[in-house]
Amino acid sequence: MDLFNTLVLLLDSTVRLSVPLLFAALAGLYSERSGVFDIGLEGKMLAGAFAAGAAAAVSGSAWVGLMAAVLVSVFMALVHGFASITHRGNQIVSGVAINFIAAGSTIILGQAWFSQGGRTPLVGAAGRFGAIHLPFADALSGVPVLGPLYSQLLSGHSLLVYLAFLLVPFTWWVLFRTRFGLRLRAVGENPAAVDTAGISVQWLRYRAVICTGVLTGLAGTYLALAQNAGFVKDMTAGRGFIALAALIFAKWRPVPVMFACLLFGFLDAFSIRIQGTPLPLIGRVPVQFMQALPYILTVVLLAGFIGRAIPPRAGGVPYVKER
Amino acid sequence: MAEAAIELKGISKNFGSVRANRDIDLKIAPGTIHGIIGENGAGKSTLMSILYGFYQADRGEIFVNGERAVIHASSDAIARGIGMVHQHFMLVHNFTVLENVILGAEGEPLLKTSIAKARSELERLERDYGLEVDPDAVIEDLPVGLQQRVEILKALFRGADILILDEPTGVLTPAEAEHLFRILRQLKDEGKTIVLITHKLREIMAVTDNVSVMRQGALVATRKTEETTVEELAELMVGRRVLLRVEKGDAHPGDFVLSVKNLTVEDMRGVKMVDDVSLGVRAGEIVGIAGVAGNGQTELLETITGMRKAVSGTVTLDGAPVELTGEADPTDLRRRGMAHVPEDRHNMGLVLPFEENENAILGYHWQDKYVNGPFLDIEAIRRDAQEKIEKYDIRPTDARLKTANFSGGNQQKIVLAREMEQDPKVLIVGQPTRGVDVGAIEFIHKRLIDMRDQGKAVLLVSVELDEIRSLSDRILVMFAGRIVGERGPDATEGELGLLMAGVEEKEAAE
Repeated sequence: MDLFNTLVLLLDSTVRLSVPLLFAALAGLYSERSGVFDIGLEGKMLAGAFAAGAAAAVSGSAWVGLMAAVLVSVFMALVHGFASITHRGNQIVSGVAINFIAAGSTIILGQAWFSQGGRTPLVGAAGRFGAIHLPFADALSGVPVLGPLYSQLLSGHSLLVYLAFLLVPFTWWVLFRTRFGLRLRAVGENPAAVDTAGISVQWLRYRAVICTGVLTGLAGTYLALAQNAGFVKDMTAGRGFIALAALIFAKWRPVPVMFACLLFGFLDAFSIRIQGTPLPLIGRVPVQFMQALPYILTVVLLAGFIGRAIPPRAGGVPYVKER
Repeated sequence: MAEAAIELKGISKNFGSVRANRDIDLKIAPGTIHGIIGENGAGKSTLMSILYGFYQADRGEIFVNGERAVIHASSDAIARGIGMVHQHFMLVHNFTVLENVILGAEGEPLLKTSIAKARSELERLERDYGLEVDPDAVIEDLPVGLQQRVEILKALFRGADILILDEPTGVLTPAEAEHLFRILRQLKDEGKTIVLITHKLREIMAVTDNVSVMRQGALVATRKTEETTVEELAELMVGRRVLLRVEKGDAHPGDFVLSVKNLTVEDMRGVKMVDDVSLGVRAGEIVGIAGVAGNGQTELLETITGMRKAVSGTVTLDGAPVELTGEADPTDLRRRGMAHVPEDRHNMGLVLPFEENENAILGYHWQDKYVNGPFLDIEAIRRDAQEKIEKYDIRPTDARLKTANFSGGNQQKIVLAREMEQDPKVLIVGQPTRGVDVGAIEFIHKRLIDMRDQGKAVLLVSVELDEIRSLSDRILVMFAGRIVGERGPDATEGELGLLMAGVEEKEAAE
């Protein structure tokens, strides 16, 4: 029973830790499926987290924080779009630039506005997305096996957690069941086909990066206002890149993206859990090794186990009309 | 005569200093098949791209069915009932036929109903025009002939009354091309107007009602097809008389210089691209490999020339084996007398941003005559390039010009000059006249015959059946990675066409 409880706790933190990855990976999915590679997920998430923290601290409202985060992330996504869609710049360079801008400016603005060493002030309960308790969660917690699963694993998360997981089927539906999704997938594979079908390639790609902006804003909000109670400098800590790895890992498909994010979330939760505790046979595992695991796993799995991850054919290539 | 389906008045278009279209006036009668013929770079595709809204004209007006039409984007052209089948298909490779057909013409935000509607509409079109294709097949699994059919269906699904086809037969077997022409005639009978862009004179004669000839961006003549001849059209295209048939004497073949035995090559996925191929080329003969593009010719050439590894088999060059599985070395092959004119001159034959003189020695730059100690002997290289420019009539005659600024035909001559002037034993040539104008084709063909007469072994791969037939002393036909037949130079087009389509040797003989 003790092992079972440990497992439930582990899975519970897996869910929590995978949510920012899930938002970010789905964000990347929209952009990359349209043929715009986005290495700047990290930066947009960070800027979103800062905006959420700052706006929530000033207004005291989580929802104002969320809106600010989405606005800022969308703005940065549009900058990326302007560079790579309108001006056909290098998408990697533009994405890296966005990461740098976000890393630097959040610290500078945070210090200038709040003078707390780059943090934003802690927000109270109203400024956060608190836990939602599903009906009968407490009453059912005594039921063996199912009780803890329901009350601990399913119940007691913030609104954003449920939103993130709902976005998975929603994204699948958009991608494969709507006109927008059809065109989005087409423009990522063969923009000339879209252009000659009388659809604007640029406008389509802009809409895709706006989706990316909205979702990275949600990712940032979750980090600042659900997992924490304010912005801390560099709080994304590479999650944007892990999300990118999850996206590649899942071959740009929504449902596998969810599982990839859960896997990476689990590794994260596991590494926190076993910190300091020696494992049988192996002994004490350095924290750094556990933290590196998602990356190692990505490389190993991509190298041989999941087959080739073939990106959208037009990915990374600006569209230029030519015969 | 009724209102013209399309009328162009004074269309001009410049790309930088290049005048792609000059003051073009053209009337296309409704319900006819109108051919537009001209050499590569004559401006045919540009003109049609303007009509389809891909480019905007600098000057001039377009009238569709008598009404002035402003066409800013492809969507304007589609709304006017103009559809286009592009030379490079505008299809999404991993979509189904149905998804490709509805893309951009879905009608409503949710796919479910639009797909259902498209399915029944597609069935109707297939029935009416004999354009059968499985609506749920994925594009990349379809042969090119069917992919082209999807393109036609796409245009018809959008309600096109005017259909533009840009070089539609380049990727088809003769039989597929014939089938396409039947479809076009049927579409014409249904009242559709068809514009056929091509550089193949025979197609014009076979299927069109009227023909317009373009040369250097200008429209030089329009004729009724029945009142003109191939010779007249060729002369109009080039601006001077051309020899359509290559003059050559008999071959005097010597010993085998190149032999390939049981060669098998696989691609990255492990699919056999070349399947147990054996062939030999003797000194003083041209062996041509005919076949529709994508049947393993590219892989065969790349393996023989040391750019790709083989799974099994042997290649012998002048009596000595060629390394096929380990580290093949193209430089070593060159030293041993194998010259190679690759199929894709832009990606493999030339470095386009380089100066002409640099490309003229690329791959042979290690030779003593081009180096001075550890340095390149720039003087010698430029002198050498200038000699080749004169000998091969390469224009412009400036060896310091960037290679990208030469026309396709002249770029090809740069490659040919480089390879032929090495005095090789074996010359491997892929698609020697792809994207090359008629005047240069004549020259290139003559040079290839010269090489043969000098006793070189020439292996020629081309998707242009006419080229294979007029140059080769022996013709091998490749299909699905295998050599499916050998014929003499007098083989008929129909006979070769059947082999190219994979019809078995026995059946083909009947």
